[in-house]
Amino acid sequence: MCGIVGIFNHGAHGIPHSRDNIDAMLNEISHRGPDGKGHYIDGPIALGHARLSIIDLAGGAQPIHNEDKSVWVVFNGEIYNYIELRRALEARGHRFYTRSDTEVLVHLYEDLGNNFVAELVGQFAIALWDSKASKLLLVRDHAGIAPLFYTQIGGRFAFASEIKALLRVHGVDARLNAHGLDQLMTLWAPVSPNTVFENIYEVSPGHLLEIDMSGQVKAYAYWQWRYPAEGDYLAGSERQLAGELRELLIDATRLRLRSDVAVGAYLSGGLDSSVTAALIKKYSDVPLRTFSIGFEDAGLDETAYQQIMIKHLGAEHSHIRCSDADIAREFPSAIWHTESPLLRTAPVPMRMLSRLAREQGYKVVLTGEGADEALGGYDIFKENKIRQFWAKFPQSTRRASLLKRLYPYLDLNQGTGRAYLQAFFGIGLDNPQQPFFSHLPRWETTGKTKEFFSATFKERIKISATKALDGMMPNENSRWSAFNRGQFIEAKTLLSGYLLSSQGDRMLMASSVEGRFPFLDHRVIEFANRLPPRLKMKVLNEKYLLKAATQDLLPEAITARHKQPYRAPDAPAFFRGGTPGYVHELLSARSINEYGYFDAAKVKRLVDKVQRMSNPGYKDNMSFIAVLSTQIWHTLFVKKQQVV
Amino acid sequence: MSTQNMIVDYILQNFLFSDDRSLINPDDSFLAKGIIDSTGIMELIFFIEDQFGVKISDEEMIPENLDSVTRIVKFVARKKAG
Repeated sequence: MCGIVGIFNHGAHGIPHSRDNIDAMLNEISHRGPDGKGHYIDGPIALGHARLSIIDLAGGAQPIHNEDKSVWVVFNGEIYNYIELRRALEARGHRFYTRSDTEVLVHLYEDLGNNFVAELVGQFAIALWDSKASKLLLVRDHAGIAPLFYTQIGGRFAFASEIKALLRVHGVDARLNAHGLDQLMTLWAPVSPNTVFENIYEVSPGHLLEIDMSGQVKAYAYWQWRYPAEGDYLAGSERQLAGELRELLIDATRLRLRSDVAVGAYLSGGLDSSVTAALIKKYSDVPLRTFSIGFEDAGLDETAYQQIMIKHLGAEHSHIRCSDADIAREFPSAIWHTESPLLRTAPVPMRMLSRLAREQGYKVVLTGEGADEALGGYDIFKENKIRQFWAKFPQSTRRASLLKRLYPYLDLNQGTGRAYLQAFFGIGLDNPQQPFFSHLPRWETTGKTKEFFSATFKERIKISATKALDGMMPNENSRWSAFNRGQFIEAKTLLSGYLLSSQGDRMLMASSVEGRFPFLDHRVIEFANRLPPRLKMKVLNEKYLLKAATQDLLPEAITARHKQPYRAPDAPAFFRGGTPGYVHELLSARSINEYGYFDAAKVKRLVDKVQRMSNPGYKDNMSFIAVLSTQIWHTLFVKKQQVV
Repeated sequence: MSTQNMIVDYILQNFLFSDDRSLINPDDSFLAKGIIDSTGIMELIFFIEDQFGVKISDEEMIPENLDSVTRIVKFVARKKAG
């Protein structure tokens, strides 16, 4: 990965470009590209690039141009099939002046125009300038791995890999987008292209934006998570489909080992990262080097499973342990990188892990991200299945009781727990065909965090978070299975908006490390989306086909283990080992009232409660983290002050 | 302090994060008003057991006993009497 920035003066009154302006933007994201800087300034366009050199270390500096220098590109990410693309382009007469994957972009664009993106296998944020057409293209990869943001002000269109670079553009100020925060505190992330910054947007995953001298932004979706009509799934025996899945994963992993620097792998102790590491070991000659994190809290720690895999693979391994004090100390820095409030502290350990990899000399790591979304791993998919089953006979206590398998704390009693289950999970049970059925309980629970909004802040919210989702779901969803609808929503909200950004790219790039995700190869996703849902989750056995496809590569202890969601210590981490000064300061009535987002009296009671309880419930945990992280966000970005 | 006031205070402090007593009527259903969620019910049970020195069996963990201030007051009184 790298960092890209740029400004397009499409209006008559654009401020003349200077290298200093572009440098000021690049300096904000130097962590994304510490190995070099590049610029291209010509007439209305200015492009900048901060480089993390991974392929063609000597010759891959950007911006890169085509033969007659009429097309220029800055690019963040990897085009994994660049070798094959280059071969075909050279056969068509194109001349290359570097060995880098970036150069295929300008030549492909010459041949195919905007359709060039259909040829790409990879993860990317691309800004391409066509000087003949005076047109700027911004493109973001299929699943939303590489970030890309933009804003418009006074005849200028500015873009950057991170928002902090946009805040260096003259006239761009940080203001909280009330709807963005409302959506985040319901759906876990703002609805794309919204961000929590007012007037700053992201290029949505799988989209291409075209901006010409009129300043009009045209958005095209070139790729989307799509599913077949119910019943119209891939044919073939379980064995055949498992074999096809395995071949795809081998290829996706092999392509992601293309690099001129050493490549490592994260190992969580769960199925997905174990599969990735095992595929590297078996199907490549890359020496396997792994990294993992553990927790002092035994309930969250997976070190024992990591050890099983390390022994099984014979990998050279580095491990780091995350304490409560680490969470409390590093939380503000994590918010600086996520550029977003959070509901969990889970990004912090991911930052520690990327730092460990970098300290050990690794700029690239493969991880198991995406398997749960594509191949059916999450508890919310089980919950959806059980609630669909329950909706067919809402009076049934036995059907509702299946939820207790997912949430053992609900196991109040056999006979009469139904009333509570009805209250907590019965939302929407009368209409299980509605598009968002799968996620209604989660959004209802998460939305309780908004009870802490101040009265004045509530007045700024004119459209409900779930209403903002209207239009996200394609009309054809009514023909999809309920299971696939749940997968779609998960991919469109939590995956791209939170996991790949706040827990993914941002925590990796904070340490100048690139993450690569074989399960998010769009060919793997397209194959997985066409599988019969019953093979993704057999009854309530998650990722069934993935297990079938890879079981010979893994110890039984890994394939048979109960799935443990990745969690980090939340609210108690800020109190158990001494409370940092910034927590007291930012949660004080003075700060809460000054920033205006939350009700100071309610926040005080919340803080008292989580301080008092050794193990607060998830609603209180999320509320505490949401309030604290929003206060930090405001201090860092709006007040432009450090949080120490 | 009366049992009822203790319960009202507890609900206000821990679930509504307020001291505005007008927010809760003793007969309000916690479930219908969304006051208590799936983890909150455990918190409530711990509170009743600790505060009033009673043990709540599995069979007693039902809305008929626990779903409003009034119901809890009556339930605690029955437990103490029994």
